Amino acid sequence: MDLSMRWLNDYVKIETEPRRFAQALTMSGSKVEGWTVEGDGIDRVVVGKVLEVTPHEDSDHLVVCKIDVGGETPLQIVTGASNVVPGAWVPAALDGSTLPGGKKIKKGKLRGVVSEGMLCSLGELGLTQHDFPYAVEDGIFLLEEECHAGQEIREALGYNDTCVEFEITPNRPDCLSVLGLAREAAATYGLPFAVREPVVKGCGDGSRIEDSLSVEVQNPTLCPRYTAKMIKNVQVGPSPRWMRERLRASGVRPINNLVDITNYVMLEYGQPLHAFDASQIRGGRIIVRNAQPGESIETLDGNPRRLNEAMLVIADPERAVAVAGVMGGGNSAITDETHTVVLESANFLGSSVRITARNLGMRTDASARYEKGLDPKNTMGAVLRACELVELLGVGEVVDGVIDVDHSPAEPTRIPFDPDWINRFLGIEVPRAEMERILLSLEFKLEGDEVIVPSFRADVEHKADIAEEIARFYGYDKIPTTVIRGAAKASLTPEQKFEREIHRTLQAAGCYEVVTYSFISPKFYDQIGLPENSPLRQSVKISNPLGEDTSVMRTTTLPSMLEVLSHNYAHKNAVFYGYEIGNEYIPHEGQELPDENPQVTVGLYGGGSDFYTLKGMVELLLERLHVRGWDIRPVKNHPTFHPGRCAELLKDGRQIGLLGEVHPSVLENYSIGAKAYLAKLDVQALFAGADFQIEYKATPRYPASTRDLSLLCDEELPIIEIEKVIRASAGNCLEDVKLFDVYKGEQVAESQKSVSYSLVMRSPNGTMTDGEADAAVKRVLKALEKINVFLRV
Amino acid sequence: MKEALEKIRQAAANELARCADIKELDQLRVKFLGKKGELTAILKAMGSLSAEERPKMGQLANEVRGAIEESLSEKLASLKEAKLEHQLRSERLDVTMPGRLPEMGKPHPLTLVMDEIKEIFLGMGFSVVSGPEVETDHYNFEMLNIPKEHPARDTQDTFYINENVILRTQTSPVQIRTMEKQSPPIRVISPGRVYRSDAIDATHSPLFHQIEGLVVDKGVTMADLKGTLEIFVKRLYGEDAVVRFRPHHFPFTEPSAEVDVMCFSCHGEGCRLCKGEGWIEILGCGMVHPKVLQNCGIDPEEYSGFAFGMGLERVVMRRFNIDDLRLFFENDLRFLDQF
Repeated sequence: MDLSMRWLNDYVKIETEPRRFAQALTMSGSKVEGWTVEGDGIDRVVVGKVLEVTPHEDSDHLVVCKIDVGGETPLQIVTGASNVVPGAWVPAALDGSTLPGGKKIKKGKLRGVVSEGMLCSLGELGLTQHDFPYAVEDGIFLLEEECHAGQEIREALGYNDTCVEFEITPNRPDCLSVLGLAREAAATYGLPFAVREPVVKGCGDGSRIEDSLSVEVQNPTLCPRYTAKMIKNVQVGPSPRWMRERLRASGVRPINNLVDITNYVMLEYGQPLHAFDASQIRGGRIIVRNAQPGESIETLDGNPRRLNEAMLVIADPERAVAVAGVMGGGNSAITDETHTVVLESANFLGSSVRITARNLGMRTDASARYEKGLDPKNTMGAVLRACELVELLGVGEVVDGVIDVDHSPAEPTRIPFDPDWINRFLGIEVPRAEMERILLSLEFKLEGDEVIVPSFRADVEHKADIAEEIARFYGYDKIPTTVIRGAAKASLTPEQKFEREIHRTLQAAGCYEVVTYSFISPKFYDQIGLPENSPLRQSVKISNPLGEDTSVMRTTTLPSMLEVLSHNYAHKNAVFYGYEIGNEYIPHEGQELPDENPQVTVGLYGGGSDFYTLKGMVELLLERLHVRGWDIRPVKNHPTFHPGRCAELLKDGRQIGLLGEVHPSVLENYSIGAKAYLAKLDVQALFAGADFQIEYKATPRYPASTRDLSLLCDEELPIIEIEKVIRASAGNCLEDVKLFDVYKGEQVAESQKSVSYSLVMRSPNGTMTDGEADAAVKRVLKALEKINVFLRV
Repeated sequence: MKEALEKIRQAAANELARCADIKELDQLRVKFLGKKGELTAILKAMGSLSAEERPKMGQLANEVRGAIEESLSEKLASLKEAKLEHQLRSERLDVTMPGRLPEMGKPHPLTLVMDEIKEIFLGMGFSVVSGPEVETDHYNFEMLNIPKEHPARDTQDTFYINENVILRTQTSPVQIRTMEKQSPPIRVISPGRVYRSDAIDATHSPLFHQIEGLVVDKGVTMADLKGTLEIFVKRLYGEDAVVRFRPHHFPFTEPSAEVDVMCFSCHGEGCRLCKGEGWIEILGCGMVHPKVLQNCGIDPEEYSGFAFGMGLERVVMRRFNIDDLRLFFENDLRFLDQF
């Protein structure tokens, strides 16, 4: 909402500088976004009277003018314009003056003739023909205003208003008006304020609106009030300067007196008005009804609109003539031939206007106001104010009488007035009298222990709302600051600490945390090689996405991490180790909301990394998270991974994670030219599988015995199988098993491999003897023979 | 014999003076004092001396032994010191050469600041709660006093899954879920991802992070709200931060406020950073609307509370002078490595 300070001053006398005014209104709840002073780029430009115009000796298109700018001697100014004549009033930019946009004017010579300034066009002053319809666009602006030589041009043109821009919150549609803001300003400064009752003389010729117009409201829920006045003998022409100035300062382009009046009243009262050509209302009957199935209308902007039964229209007995609260129809618009006008000042249900405007894809100034919910009590004042202006501007004659179909609730909202509760709630001590003063200044009324809410304050429903009014004008800054009472107990939950440990461990292992979007493109599933029938393609879909790239909620975090690897690879980062803790969103039939499963996803390439780098990192993570007793199994058919370099992690038979080298064709899809590795673990499954019990074991008192074993086995045999057998067969004395070599090649038969282990054994009862150690090795070897693993000799 | 002893003393002194090596010194010890050494040889000959001479010579011999031992140990000490000195000199490093860093990763800048904020509130007794990101319209809007067709929905361009399911536009639904589950006293913050259909550019992202907070108890006042948030802002921005509470509107709080901090760059005068306003908006807050309490089955006559919420990205951008929001989600190593 752009507020003209000049307009505001019709109602409240504010004589403070804009900065202070902005601050004061902001602190009382009407947030000021900024302000502009009209023409503040103009300096040392004055009104000049043209005394003489003579041809330039050395030019065909230049003329030399003598201009009276109020000084002792007239100035000589050279201009190229052809419309300057003696006796005309012109804007004269003096030596050293500035024009909008920072243009500086200096005394100089044009083709050898001294010019002591410049005569200005409308455009050079930052104005348009909308501001001064009588002016020409190409040529010097010849003023038809009351002015005198040497007068400051901004003053002469009324081009010096200050325009303050407010951010009005949706609960305060009453403040989308000059009167509403005047009320707030008056309460802020403790100044008197009252809305003046408009005075309409009327034509007094005995004709009455009821004689030629009737209004029937068929749906009073959607149209609580419909008020109309009629104007005859309409003469359309330009509005006077003061009205154009105010519209301009409010950001509205002046058009003609009739349109300008409807806009002016909308800005002043916050009530949209609509003007119909009365001759186009067939039968003189206005019917406010829901649209009929299949009905359509061509709106003022020339577009055909298909309506539906939920939409409210203004109609005559034959057809719709306007979409209620949104836009009028072309069929009933004001034209050059219009002689009688019906002025509609109606109240419509906000939510209905909102839905209609949205479904028609047209949000207008009127609908934007209506949808916030306007005051039904405002229609009469607004239409009378418009009629007052019609008479003032001589636009036409106001027909006596008014049509007013009013179904709006008569009873105002009443709220208990409880100053003690308000003080307790806000933590202040404001006397009752002070509270009453604040409420009265905002036009609330008090009756005993009740506050009566004015009709324009539909946002006030509860005593907390009254408390806010008190707080706003008492001053938020005066409310003390206290500490909340009561003991507080808070700590991170075990799950939150668990997650923190994931962050710490992976960072310590060299991984940078990344944050990726939760939504992806469905194409990403192709990129990671998911088959067409993969259940992971069943994503939660956004029905109104910004674009395909962010249109579905990911069912796997793998493509997000691949995007990150791809970005870093493309930007020549030679090594990248990253991880993310982020959700996967898995929908389930018959369940309103999807499961949101947090995953820890690790991705890396470069720096000499290989599958075992990644696996080591995962093992470290499991160790730090107290997840023990997990199992690992090769996975040969995951489309995203290399079939020979992928594994799943299992805990109690359930998959808790997946890790592997990215499949070469997936790497190609992401233009990653290095081998890359991905792991993904389910955070909740990890947490469920963790055992946080730690029990101290005495540090060993006796030395350990170590035995190294070199074994031969089939090259396809997974190493873990050998280790499992060793652990199972060695007995209690086995403390650790370390793999230290795997070898294929010379000295080893084809299709075989050599595997070397170091076994650490220790007895808690004394130094282990060679005999005991050898016996254990013997047991191990015997067990290994059963899976065809033999000692290498 | 006396001469012989003197000669040994002299010889030992001479040879020790020349000795420059610990090994050689050891050989000298053997040569003079060892079992087969010169002094031992003389002592063995003591038996042939007269009874009068024997004690004298014995004393002299001990004297000589004592002197040699002392010289030996002195020499050993000085040689050791010289050797250490030599070692230290030869081991000198150019300490200005770069160190070998262990490879470590870092937290994302959003997490870095989020953790800081969580810690501040944990310190004030707030628990951290979370809830679903794919949320129902009911929890995201209706329970928060934003019915369908409420104009406030315009300011939160929502991603819809279907008529009743959306991507949450705020973390406030977590507060509702908390109030439904837990009875007062309640003191929680709910951080997390939120979604609004803003096209991606330098200052907008369809996904960003919020931290919201909620306090409900008997006798909670707006002064408590101001006090709590002032402590928070000062912990986050420094003790000299100047805070301003300004009236605003949110459908789920009444009275509502926005919290500004005085611009750090111009100190309230108005500059480019604060768009001429002198203040930077950082938080929205207010007393929980009685209808919201009632919706959650909490009696507004018995309990009151306050709520607040803030966007994380803007805080982080200001903290590190980051001018483009997209950097957070691009995850370029050269960006991530700076925090």
